[in-house]
Amino acid sequence: MISSKNINPEVFARRKRINKIGLTLSMGAMALGMIFLLWILSVLFIKGFGAIDLNLFIHSTPAPGSEGGGLANAIVGSLMLIGCCTLISTPVGVLAGLYLSEYGDRSRVASVTRFVTDIMLSAPSIVIGLFVYALVVAQVRHFSGWAGTIALALIAIPVVVRTTENMLRLVPGSLREAAYALGTPKWKVAFMITLRAAQSGVMTGILLSLARVSGETAPLLFTALNNQFFSTNMNAPMANLPVVIFQFAMSPYDNWVDLAWGGALLITFAVLGLNILARVVFREKVQG
Amino acid sequence: MSDSIQSYSAPTPQALRIAKIQRIQDFLFHGITQFFAVSVLIALLGIIISLVINAAPALREFGLGFFFTQEWDIVNGEFGGLIAIYGTLVTSLIALLIAVPLSFGIAVFLTELCPGPLRRPLGTAVELLAAVPSIIYGMFGLFIFAPLFAEYIQPALAATLGKIPGLGILFSGAFNGIGILCAGLILAMMILPFIASVMRDVFEIVPPVLKESAYGIGCTTWEVVKNVVLPYTKAGVIGGIMLGLGRALGETMAVTFVIGNAHRLSPSLFSPGTSIASTLANEFGEAEAGHHLSSLFALGLALFIITFIVLACAKWMLSNMEKRQGLKT
Repeated sequence: MISSKNINPEVFARRKRINKIGLTLSMGAMALGMIFLLWILSVLFIKGFGAIDLNLFIHSTPAPGSEGGGLANAIVGSLMLIGCCTLISTPVGVLAGLYLSEYGDRSRVASVTRFVTDIMLSAPSIVIGLFVYALVVAQVRHFSGWAGTIALALIAIPVVVRTTENMLRLVPGSLREAAYALGTPKWKVAFMITLRAAQSGVMTGILLSLARVSGETAPLLFTALNNQFFSTNMNAPMANLPVVIFQFAMSPYDNWVDLAWGGALLITFAVLGLNILARVVFREKVQG
Repeated sequence: MSDSIQSYSAPTPQALRIAKIQRIQDFLFHGITQFFAVSVLIALLGIIISLVINAAPALREFGLGFFFTQEWDIVNGEFGGLIAIYGTLVTSLIALLIAVPLSFGIAVFLTELCPGPLRRPLGTAVELLAAVPSIIYGMFGLFIFAPLFAEYIQPALAATLGKIPGLGILFSGAFNGIGILCAGLILAMMILPFIASVMRDVFEIVPPVLKESAYGIGCTTWEVVKNVVLPYTKAGVIGGIMLGLGRALGETMAVTFVIGNAHRLSPSLFSPGTSIASTLANEFGEAEAGHHLSSLFALGLALFIITFIVLACAKWMLSNMEKRQGLKT
């Protein structure tokens, strides 16, 4: 036991006090964070649920000043944009990830690519919108769903690349060596052994990229723009949830603002749902 | 036995053909995957080049002074980026000042204090907060936070901090709710979970032995965090903060809703302002080709360069941290 004369009670009390203050503050910070989350979600629920009914899904966005209306065109537009974006970003991202983990490894090309992907992962999405505007919209001289798709794909690809690479690295080397020992060519090992072993991890990456692009608004503002009418023409301006929410929330019409809250609730549900799904897929893999 | 050796030393023509096909397939597959990896690089180069090309007319017209003049006159075609750059930097700075201590607290709580069974759900909750789309933060800020802010927080700030000589000017003016300070607060809420989860991750790599020895000589939890965990993870913590800064600088939607979108330079943080991203979001769609459009591209270029530098620093610091972890384990 420590004898009490070795301890200066004043110093000891002060240290304990500082400790208590510090830990209380950090607990307070955690509580504040959770309050933010609950506050935002409850506001969304309260404001959004009132706006969600069947009309939201079967009617298109209303004209200024008119009653009713829904978000059908925006929902379909968003699904089409995100769907096409996934069709582009998945193969590109997975193959690039395969290169980084199986072929490039420590080469100069691979490390520069890795660095650039990490930057692109948090690069301002509005700048990507500018880029696609200059690349596509300014050339063909009209906004289009394809331009929006390209902008979203540029945001999704880095997410897929990085998760794919990380997941492939978790595959034990002995698995690859066993396949090589049977005389399997490298591409077959990479494609049919390693990739398959990391399947659910790669799935996680794709789901996370979906979640990321579902809520992106900034890059769509000057690429897909918006369309007041129902349209499935990818070569024309296309309605999509985030841009509709942005325009409606800033508008003076009450029914538009209500629709914006409904759309906001839909998007948040989708994004958080995809995030949780990604976690479940990944956890199953780790346990299995 | 002898059979297999024979067939190994003298491969049949068929085996040779298969081997040749496989070599070609291998070469092709390598090429294809490399092509896609390099295309990411090309995309980045493309972004920089396209921004420079499109910004060139404005930069030629207004020179480098573009970034230091506060004129933004669409009618007369006079453009300068100072107000937007100021707005971007100030809102991000406010966000960091608030979010860094809070996320430090959250990370300490999650790694040192949290009871085991709660650790995972709370960590997930923080990550979900990071996943909420930024437009939701914007709407929340405009409809819910700004009115409360104008009603309660702004008068309180003006009555306390606003009375301090010199500093007071920052907290003066009308209580509008929306403005630079409000944008900074919403940004703080947004980047908080990003910084907190990076900090938690780097705190977790501190070898338990180090912490246990500090506890062993009688350190309090706070002393362990301050004198063992923090020095060990310094680079990672700064990297996490830079990552948050990168997010804050480029954030568009959350800021556009609450910053007020006014091209005015005012010393008060209560007054509406604008940031690079929100200027782009508001004006780009309607900009006429010419100096206006080109000036907007120049702003985009400035934003991209600033965030690139910040993110590159963040990446460099975090990768140093990872290397260190690699050496230790």
